[in-house]
Amino acid sequence: MSAPVNPPVAFTQDELGWVSWIDPLPEAELTERHFAGFVDRARAKSEYFRLLVRDPEVLEARTKTDKDIFYNVADGLPRAERELAAAATSRYNGCIYCASVHARFASTYSKRRDDVQRLLDEGVGADLGERWSAIVKASVALAATPIAFGPDNVEELRQAGLDDAEIVDVINGASFFNWANRLMLSLGEPSK
Amino acid sequence: MSTRDIIDTLAGIEPGSAPDAIRARRLQARENAQKSYLALFEPVDANEFALAERFAIATFVTGLHGESPVASFYREKLAATTDGAALVEAIQVEIQRGRTSGPYGAFPAGPLSIENKAGLIYRVSAERKPELGARLVAAFEHAHLLVFRPRDAASADMKALLAAGWSTTGIVTLSQLIAFLSFQLRVVSGLRTLAAANAQKEAAR
Repeated sequence: MSAPVNPPVAFTQDELGWVSWIDPLPEAELTERHFAGFVDRARAKSEYFRLLVRDPEVLEARTKTDKDIFYNVADGLPRAERELAAAATSRYNGCIYCASVHARFASTYSKRRDDVQRLLDEGVGADLGERWSAIVKASVALAATPIAFGPDNVEELRQAGLDDAEIVDVINGASFFNWANRLMLSLGEPSK
Repeated sequence: MSTRDIIDTLAGIEPGSAPDAIRARRLQARENAQKSYLALFEPVDANEFALAERFAIATFVTGLHGESPVASFYREKLAATTDGAALVEAIQVEIQRGRTSGPYGAFPAGPLSIENKAGLIYRVSAERKPELGARLVAAFEHAHLLVFRPRDAASADMKALLAAGWSTTGIVTLSQLIAFLSFQLRVVSGLRTLAAANAQKEAAR
């Protein structure tokens, strides 16, 4: 268990580190079963993934779910807007680490860095234009407990121009970050 | 068209329907959401985290989100386990005690402190502690934290689980289970809402 190192106190698009509160597997103890869990072998260098790989079957399935929801852009929502759903969910749940990564991706793919920064600075109520605001609002409604996503959210997404396949991408992207945020927030903390 | 999986079952999606066709476009996500479910609830190795415990925590977590087909699914699974059946009633009482609205909690001290939001800090009631046992008591308190105020999580929470008999590997699987259910509940709810909105539109034509 490492000592906390300079945790960030605000949402940022800067690159952050992440420190585990419990022991990841040492690299020397990794077997082929663990490497299958990483999906990408390079993840063996990451403290976060070496912690999650303690349960390799869950990590493998989760990683593949993540990749398809976010990277399979042959159709459906553009990558930038899937990242926006992830960043908005993370902003609302309070995961400074996840928000930093996915805000950065949203900026890269949309070229709307200032709008993304306003989401981080002002929070999920920031006015980002009809389409983005509808996506943020839907993501927030999905993240609430009890879940508040309703027919009004669907109608708003439609009015903003999203078809059913794109709405499902919003649902998947936002839902997935309710998974990711809870892992990053509960097993360790970000560091600058 | 593909075989019905657990999300289809819980969301009421029929093979060949429009939502089924949309899900088929994210085939790897679909198959691996199912594999995640199986890895957590039909694990290759349950030594660190017993099956009855998994269904007990799933019953608690899904119940905290309100009554739903997902909540009744896990409750029935728990009732079908030898060690879990006796716990169903006690867990229902704890769900009622723990229900609230989230997310809330505190940010690290600084500019975000103005967004801090106070809320229920749930603890299992003293009466039900002997019935649930130390491991489930610690797991329920941790689950409530992750469901409603994940930003409050701290290293001390890991120590509480270790002290209650959870191994490091068990804590990883426990965290995955609670976090996965947060995902599954939302996908199911989102797909149901979308299907209902479409049905209503059809009816209004």
